[in-house]
Amino acid sequence: MTVVAADSADSAESPEPAEPTGSGPSAPPAGRPRATGRGRLVLTRVLAARGAVVGTVLILLLFALAFGGPYLTPWDYAAPDFTALHQPPSGEHWFGTNGVGQDVFAQTVRGLQKSLIIGLLVALFSTVLASLVGACAGYFGGWTDRALMFLVDLLLVFPSFLIITIVSPRLRSSGWIAFVLLLALFNWMITARVVRSMTLSLREREFVRAARFMGVRPLRIISRHILPNVASFLIIDATIAVGGAVMSETALSYFGFGVRPPDVSLGTLLAAGTTEAPVFPWMFYFAAGLLVLFVLAVNLVGDGLRDALDPTSGAAGRRSGRSGRSGRSRRSRRSSRFGRSGQPDRSQRKSS
Amino acid sequence: MLRYLAKRLSYYAALLIAAVFLAYAISASALQPRTYFDAKVPRPSAESVERQLTALNLNDHTPVVERFGHWAGGLLHGDLGRTIHDTPVTDDFSRRVWVSLRLLLLGSLLGAVLGVAAGAWSAVRQYRISDRLLTVLSFVLLSTPVFLVALFLKNGAIAAKDAAGHEVIPFTGYETPGLAGGLGAHLADWALHLLLPTVSLALGGLATYSRYQRGTMLDVLGSDYLRTAEAKGLTRRRALLKHGLRTAVIPMSTMFAYSFLGIFTGAIFTETIFGWHGMGEWLIQSINEQDVNSVVAINLFTAIVVLASGFLADTLHAALDPRVRS
Repeated sequence: MTVVAADSADSAESPEPAEPTGSGPSAPPAGRPRATGRGRLVLTRVLAARGAVVGTVLILLLFALAFGGPYLTPWDYAAPDFTALHQPPSGEHWFGTNGVGQDVFAQTVRGLQKSLIIGLLVALFSTVLASLVGACAGYFGGWTDRALMFLVDLLLVFPSFLIITIVSPRLRSSGWIAFVLLLALFNWMITARVVRSMTLSLREREFVRAARFMGVRPLRIISRHILPNVASFLIIDATIAVGGAVMSETALSYFGFGVRPPDVSLGTLLAAGTTEAPVFPWMFYFAAGLLVLFVLAVNLVGDGLRDALDPTSGAAGRRSGRSGRSGRSRRSRRSSRFGRSGQPDRSQRKSS
Repeated sequence: MLRYLAKRLSYYAALLIAAVFLAYAISASALQPRTYFDAKVPRPSAESVERQLTALNLNDHTPVVERFGHWAGGLLHGDLGRTIHDTPVTDDFSRRVWVSLRLLLLGSLLGAVLGVAAGAWSAVRQYRISDRLLTVLSFVLLSTPVFLVALFLKNGAIAAKDAAGHEVIPFTGYETPGLAGGLGAHLADWALHLLLPTVSLALGGLATYSRYQRGTMLDVLGSDYLRTAEAKGLTRRRALLKHGLRTAVIPMSTMFAYSFLGIFTGAIFTETIFGWHGMGEWLIQSINEQDVNSVVAINLFTAIVVLASGFLADTLHAALDPRVRS
């Protein structure tokens, strides 16, 4: 019981199991009786969450389909087959054909590929940007913080969709890479806020102070000590951002503001198939189904990762057999945020 | 509490001014009204294009700051400038704003209320069949973009029409044109037209809120004060509603402000898909027509709506959580 209490007090101090030595998140937690490595713990927990496993398998299958699919079918995504217009799915055309006889399977696979690449790149760029801005705002404080947070609020006032639709016709000639950058540019703000608030509490930790007093340069402290300690949040967030980016991409492309024909993505396919969906459902529902399936899989993995990486989570592994554990410790963590100025956290005292 | 709210309000005012300038600068430099006039048939002379652009305050030879100054000066008198068809933007604005607000308010409120209720209920029944079903449902909904939900609903309505031989649920526009009958018939007609767009907006909100509410409610359920409340003789239901739900709803008030962005984006899709002549449809249309003044007016509208909902969230937060007020 004492071990657990100390444990919860420890997590009450910081949201992340920070390592004072700065040896990264994979090092074993200091002072804990269990010798399980953190990486191993995370792995067991992820495997224990059925949703995450299903999600991972789905994502792998979809990637295999997106990148292997073009080699499975003899049809090219752009080449019309004039002998088969508006054909329902058959042995020849697996997902049927569209109005000009293009193979819907080849198109869908190609569109999926584009959508996945865009989703991954956007998530990567926006997470990098968010972590840098958030960590700088939180670490430097003062006017840097105020200016950066004003920028964040400013960008949050508009739905990103609005700005992207206004700017994207101008970038038509620059192709889909410009579109990726645009999506990433308007997708980082909320993550940056969370990173900032985590940095605020990390900044006061002993190991960060020690580094500062030793004269380590601020940017090095951020990259060596702050960012590794928010890494688990960033991983979860990036995962979910992939799903969000794919959804934004398809929505924008659907309205003609994203990927444009002759290039295909799931969004352009949906746009092309919409009007004919009631009569020729195969032109619409294969793309729609794959889109939902992919985002669902990403969300499942994100959810599983969140449970696995959350140090106060009770999901499979540590502290087994204690129902309601996660709820309690999470609560004590929250109350400590407010309790710093007020009275000491009562719930922790009682449990020790 | 008033001081806290006044502080927030002044911050939002500064944000609004900066945001409107940013929106103006982006729209004015990204859109090219000149191409709209150049593409006219028969092609107007260069001189007349120049004159028209200047008259509409759209001339790209004038610096953006100067154009913004002119526009902002008009705004102070309640003038939003003129559209590219040389009609007042205010006319379009006042006609469309109610169409959109009807949808936005109903959709966001319905989503929030149902989502919070579903999430709280789901948390109380953790790991039972109903909780699991709700979890699966909300995951699927969260993974479906709003425009896809709207399209699914519309296709369903079309299928129903084909099966029944007549329109069962309307899926275009917000009223039946030329409908005879009294007020009752008109209200029923409105409600029926609202059904599909509102549902497609509310479903997304429902899924998001129910997930978060379930999490915060679970945190609260294991708390000591809830047990104390029950020990002091409150029934479980009363303790949950009076002490549990109130605490668990606090984080949702912040979410409500952020979610309005998503709701507005969703409304752009639903309006376009269901043929509503609201702000969202106007946005797509005016971007395609390079109509800077209309685009800026829409931006102004969203900025005000978002900041107002942010302020509402702050007020709610302060009302629910005494710690914020000090």
